[in-house]
Amino acid sequence: MPHIPLSPDLPGIRGAMAFRPETARPLNDLVEILLRGPSTLTLGERELIATYVSSRNCTEYCHNVHGAIAAAHLGGNEALVKQVKTDFRQAEISPKLKALLVIAGRVQQDGKLVTAADVAAARKEGATDLEIHDTVLIAAAFCMYNRYVDGLATVQPADPAFYRERGVRVARDGYVAVSKEYLETHSPVAAR
Amino acid sequence: MPQPAKPHIDLPAGLPGISAGFAFRPETALPMRELVDILLHQPNSLAPAERELIAAHVSSRNHCHFCYSSHAAVASSHLGDPSVVAKVTADPGTAPVSPKLKALLLIAGKVQQDGKLVTAADVESARKVGATDVEIHDAVLIAAAFSMYNRYVDGLGTWQPDNPAMYEQMGKRLAEDGYTRPASRELVSK
Repeated sequence: MPHIPLSPDLPGIRGAMAFRPETARPLNDLVEILLRGPSTLTLGERELIATYVSSRNCTEYCHNVHGAIAAAHLGGNEALVKQVKTDFRQAEISPKLKALLVIAGRVQQDGKLVTAADVAAARKEGATDLEIHDTVLIAAAFCMYNRYVDGLATVQPADPAFYRERGVRVARDGYVAVSKEYLETHSPVAAR
Repeated sequence: MPQPAKPHIDLPAGLPGISAGFAFRPETALPMRELVDILLHQPNSLAPAERELIAAHVSSRNHCHFCYSSHAAVASSHLGDPSVVAKVTADPGTAPVSPKLKALLLIAGKVQQDGKLVTAADVESARKVGATDVEIHDAVLIAAAFSMYNRYVDGLGTWQPDNPAMYEQMGKRLAEDGYTRPASRELVSK
């Protein structure tokens, strides 16, 4: 049960965002730019970074939904997403993405663990400053979203079909558009 | 842990900590500034000083020098007393702050490690000393957000100066103006 009264029909981060729409806005704006804004990293690559970090943080809602969004961007390849979470070094992804996932994994534990060698390895595979920056920030941001979702004890469904359906919708419409559905129909609990 | 010799990417020179990251990528800076401004500066039943103490406490636990120093300075500016934040950092349980803030600091400290560590008992203890739903929500989100800001500042290998006068000045400015306006781009003398 959530630690504060959240709308029961809004699982995961959505209930928390409906509770406090003022902070929901920049939270959605940030993820929209990071994961869907113009980038030399593909939509699928960026969602893989997000789901990988969320999986390391063991936040079920986040790694499942971002895994589903990644799969939706990657032609439904759920096996690839699963492989990235279990052992990305064996996954059929580019060497550049593997090098960026190393960096993301370090940031997930502690930003100070990123070494010059990690960064050099990423550059060797063609990573640019902007790609390295965004990898660090995606990892850092998901350490926030994961703690937010877990810290309020939000409801985190176990049904893969639920996440699959959400994954397709968010992959198609994006975070800001999808958030309007519940931010407009649910009056914030905080305001009552 | 020693700082890297230089940032991991080509960040604008002379800008300390998070301001270098913000200057490098203004598009992501915008929502990051907006979030921290709402959480720490805009009106709330928790005083700005209380919220800054939560931010500093989490940053201290994450050993992020820049973030701790700057938010400790903002807290001290609000309080007019630099000793409180040091006491909170050393031991929140005995620091000269309200029982409610102690309970929220405990929750924040757990979120800093892992949100799943927050128990119903922790939340009940906070409610017993007057914490509202919004205050509990915000304590969790401040701790979560600083787990992001700390990792961003450290993960890019930003320059994190040891310059108490600089942090004091930064603290005063942020306490007054909040977080949405970047400081004028002045080079900080090393």
